Amino acid sequence: MSALLDVRGVGVSVKSTTLISNVDLQVERGQWLSIIGPNGAGKSTLLRAIASAMSSTGDVHVDGVSLSTLKANERAALVSWVPQSPTVPGGMHVLDYVLLGRTPHLHPLASPQKRDVEIAEEILDDLDLTQFAGRTVETLSGGERQRAVIGRALAQQAPLLLLDEPTSALDLGHQQEVLSLLDRLRASGERAIVTTMHDLTLAGAFADELVMMSKGQIAERGTAHEVLTEANIAEHYGANVRVENSGGTVLVVPRLENSSPATPSEEQP
Amino acid sequence: MTTVTTRPAGIRPWWIIGAAGFVILASIAGLLIGPISLNRGQIILDVLDAILPGSIDTTLTEQQSVIIRNIRLPRVVLALLVGASLGTSGASYQGVFRNPLADPFLLGVAAGGGLGATIAFVFQLGDGRGVLDPVQILAFAGAMLAVGLTWVMGVLGDRTNSATTLILAGVAVASFLTAIQTFLQQQNSNEIRRVFAWVLGGLNTSGWSEVLQLLPVAVICIIVLWLSSRTLDVLSVGDEEATALGMSVGRARAIIVTVASLLTAAAVAVSGLIAFVGLIVPHTIRLIFGSSFKVIVPLSTAAGAGFLVLCDLLARTLLTPAELPIGVVTAFFGAPFFVVILRTARLR
Repeated sequence: MSALLDVRGVGVSVKSTTLISNVDLQVERGQWLSIIGPNGAGKSTLLRAIASAMSSTGDVHVDGVSLSTLKANERAALVSWVPQSPTVPGGMHVLDYVLLGRTPHLHPLASPQKRDVEIAEEILDDLDLTQFAGRTVETLSGGERQRAVIGRALAQQAPLLLLDEPTSALDLGHQQEVLSLLDRLRASGERAIVTTMHDLTLAGAFADELVMMSKGQIAERGTAHEVLTEANIAEHYGANVRVENSGGTVLVVPRLENSSPATPSEEQP
Repeated sequence: MTTVTTRPAGIRPWWIIGAAGFVILASIAGLLIGPISLNRGQIILDVLDAILPGSIDTTLTEQQSVIIRNIRLPRVVLALLVGASLGTSGASYQGVFRNPLADPFLLGVAAGGGLGATIAFVFQLGDGRGVLDPVQILAFAGAMLAVGLTWVMGVLGDRTNSATTLILAGVAVASFLTAIQTFLQQQNSNEIRRVFAWVLGGLNTSGWSEVLQLLPVAVICIIVLWLSSRTLDVLSVGDEEATALGMSVGRARAIIVTVASLLTAAAVAVSGLIAFVGLIVPHTIRLIFGSSFKVIVPLSTAAGAGFLVLCDLLARTLLTPAELPIGVVTAFFGAPFFVVILRTARLR
């Protein structure tokens, strides 16, 4: 088996409501897969299930190992997760926040060692956060905070990086910044990246492959050109859009009611 | 690369020196000041002689030496132990429940301990002094039973035993046990004074027996909670994220709550319900020294110890020869002090 992430028949039900069912998914090292879909399609639920942040049925293999057979710390050494709205602990310095990511590699009663601090400092440097190391997380701007959370996930040194809506709270400049960062992380070939995204154009521009979810199941899968079609978006989002190809990038542009020429703009969540 | 000057959160050496200095100064004050005035230099020499027998000669009479060695010294040491226990468990509870209002009595320890002690007083089983007195045993058993009941109810209410469910279960258990305790107390009004005296807390000792009883439990539990302080930092990002970071959240919470409750119950058994220490000491430390539990837990141990020795000093000297309940002193002096800390820390 070659896929780093191998999701087989995963389902999540909460109090007899099925949120997702029968999801199969494979992602290779060095690959970036983006999960798109309308609100309530089950994108975040799928990421939580893979991150074991919520219980699920089915089987998730990472690096050939079934996660259900692992202890929490062994699992966290394989899968890191950046939630959509992370809890920001009051008064915690950015360095200490990134060091939380070393938890899977530490004995429950042990403190971070010199090596852990070095790893955290390298990550801060890599993410251009060194100057903020001594600042508390809650004083950071949205883009800086998002990088700090990604830094915490990177400190886990897990081959699989899951990010839930990494750009939803950011302005256009910071969106690009974070996505370029992920692009750089993917390019090393050491890890696989799975994101959920609302912005279809950005999702198509950065990810290698798109998975469109609808009603708790995978509806479409393929390249941006294959998935982002006017018909697919109309069917699953109920949206009236125009899809354009601009130098290899797929642009998804909402059609205005009076069908006047639309300018490329962001897809509204 | 910009040089990183920030260090990970943790205890700085001079904080340890400061904390040790505070504890030692408070202890010396507790030893020197009392209803019977003795030569202060001689007291110190006598205590040193007690620590290193036969090494120092003092001019104290046999009787004066007994006052120092068997009354003041054990009382100061008991105050240190109880204060350290309440400070440490309070800090741990606040971390594990991510709730600033959490204190060591959160899960029903006070109500259960109070009920146990009331039963012992009402049936005249003991007076609360000495080793394994029935009041102590029943108070301890009641406190642990209450926490156990809270835990079972919390798990029944919510399989994930989330912090909120546990806190609510604790409120229900405490109300229920307090109702029984109040009923028993009203039915036996001749014992009401002893019950009240116990509820307000006190550090009356009979020699060293209370100290020796609390010491082993306190030392073990406090060490475990110190070692768990990083776990509390991880829990501060919430159950879901802590799980994704590799923490077995349910197990960690169960261990910390059990140890902190054991520690509180053991302290309550020998000292009654001393309010406020477990709530304001950790908060004061947090406001002054920062929010990492690697700092808050150990410094709360030291600050709780020193604070309770000073409160006990006031409790036994303000109305000499009468004694104030120590719970009255901790609240009366602790509350204004805390307001000052709150103001200055926010303004910084």
